[in-house]
Amino acid sequence: MDGNEERAWSPWYLLLLIQFIPSLWVPFYNSAEPRLAGIPFFYWFQMALVLVSAAVTAVVYFATETSRNR
Amino acid sequence: MEHVNWIALAVFIVLFGFITWLGFAAAHWRRGDLDQLHEWGLGGRRFGTLITWFLVGGDLYTAYTFIAVPALAFGAGALAFFAVPYTIIIYPILFIIYPRLWNVCRKHGYVTGADFVRGRFGNRWLALAVTVTGIVATMPYIALQLVGLQVVIGGLGIGGAGWVGELPLIFAFIILAAFTYSSGLRAPAAIAIVKDLLIYITAFAAVVIIPIQLGGFAKIFAAVPPAKLLLAPPSDASWGSFGVYGTLALGSAMALFLYPHSMTGLLSASSRHAVRRNAALLPSYSFLLGLLALLGFFAFAAGVKQMPEFAAAFASFGNNFSVPALFIKSFPSWFVGLAFAAIGIGALVPAAIMSIAAANLFTRNIYRVFFHAAASQRQETQMAKWVSLLVKLGALIFVLWVPTQYAIQLQLLGGVWIVQTFPAVVFGLYTRWFNSWALLLGWLAGTVLGTWVAVEANFTPTWALTIGGYGMPGYTALYSVIVNIAVTILATLAFRALGSASAIDGTVPADYRP
Repeated sequence: MDGNEERAWSPWYLLLLIQFIPSLWVPFYNSAEPRLAGIPFFYWFQMALVLVSAAVTAVVYFATETSRNR
Repeated sequence: MEHVNWIALAVFIVLFGFITWLGFAAAHWRRGDLDQLHEWGLGGRRFGTLITWFLVGGDLYTAYTFIAVPALAFGAGALAFFAVPYTIIIYPILFIIYPRLWNVCRKHGYVTGADFVRGRFGNRWLALAVTVTGIVATMPYIALQLVGLQVVIGGLGIGGAGWVGELPLIFAFIILAAFTYSSGLRAPAAIAIVKDLLIYITAFAAVVIIPIQLGGFAKIFAAVPPAKLLLAPPSDASWGSFGVYGTLALGSAMALFLYPHSMTGLLSASSRHAVRRNAALLPSYSFLLGLLALLGFFAFAAGVKQMPEFAAAFASFGNNFSVPALFIKSFPSWFVGLAFAAIGIGALVPAAIMSIAAANLFTRNIYRVFFHAAASQRQETQMAKWVSLLVKLGALIFVLWVPTQYAIQLQLLGGVWIVQTFPAVVFGLYTRWFNSWALLLGWLAGTVLGTWVAVEANFTPTWALTIGGYGMPGYTALYSVIVNIAVTILATLAFRALGSASAIDGTVPADYRP
């Protein structure tokens, strides 16, 4: 309904919503092992998730951006 | 505390002097007519991707956060790390929802979230509820920024008892009030660049240097008791800390972008693209916040609380002194000055934006709607400038005369309150199915219930909910907004059954799209 314009909804947004699952599902990361450079899994996993989520958001940005509205 | 750290103090004062000049000079930056509210209060909506990144980063990740999150890690351990999933999931929300809000606000010249609600639903009482909630939730937040400033002033050795001890805080406050009054949002935007660079330098230096001094991460985490290192697993009777951790993250994320200062920061972006790009760029601050949370464990492993030289400061500031103490112990004096300036300036940026946001709300949605509908642009802006002073003065008085504990408790309640505007603002961006009076009823139900539960729980954030004998403790803000949504839906159905007509929508679908 928007023609070529950036849409109110895009299937790519599902990729964004998937981030909620590993972030909020605590049993998934509540463990000390495996450690990374002495840092327990609980801490380095969540830090790594910040970087992965930012990368996913960047991918979705480029996938949904249209050049028309620059 | 009697011992003044002169080198650190000198560095601190030089940096503070610099940002004071910057704050006043900012009035001429991307010059606009500062007699218009969107120029004074939104920087003319002229900030591109990079400035928005600095501004919103400096705005959301406040000095108090940088003090309190490591302090929570220091005291309570793993639970403090909920700040990381919280600041992960805010960005999908930002990416999907905010461009719509940005568009409709740009189209209609809305400056606040309440402006949008009024335009969308045509109900000034609902807009008033959103306004009052925003202002009331923001006030204690400003007070907490001043608390963060107090802690670093204490760390420099120039705080202390009595009037003389409070003078540095009062002086910093006068600087803040003056440049906000004269330059509006341009001042914190310019200062945020300095603040963010300083805080990145500090955090990365701390994460590299301190573990080397302490003998590596393995040794640091070995010093943390196992009970604090991880969350306690659920039992047969309750989901315990797991649920608390997850609901804290989700509820806080739902609340964050409803805060007036978040809206002000994001609405000042020059395009929806700047907003969308920042959803991918702002997580760098979340990473920074995670690093800073780890400092709480560093401080624990370093044993700063047992050191006699810090005993007096811990007695005054509690665990909030753990990171300043760690810096004093680990860094040369000049770098302590830089790190403390990062936190101190980091308090001024959000305090300025929060006071501007509260002033915009008051002026647009109370003064203009209820008292002076014919106000000129100039009168409107002058009123906002005065209110920004008043709001900050209130926060200062609060910090000087009321125990810090009350500010913390009120800020906690603020989170419960602000999330109650979620249905009106966020659902409102997508649909007008909800009746505006039903939204108001839902807001009332959520606010009253959430406040009651939080007070009953002795101002802890957790609602000790039990369903069918199974304990499901969780963040009060999240549970109370669910009640709010349920009431809103039921009341909407009731109003529809009674055939109540809805007011005129001031917006059209095209307003929400590029």
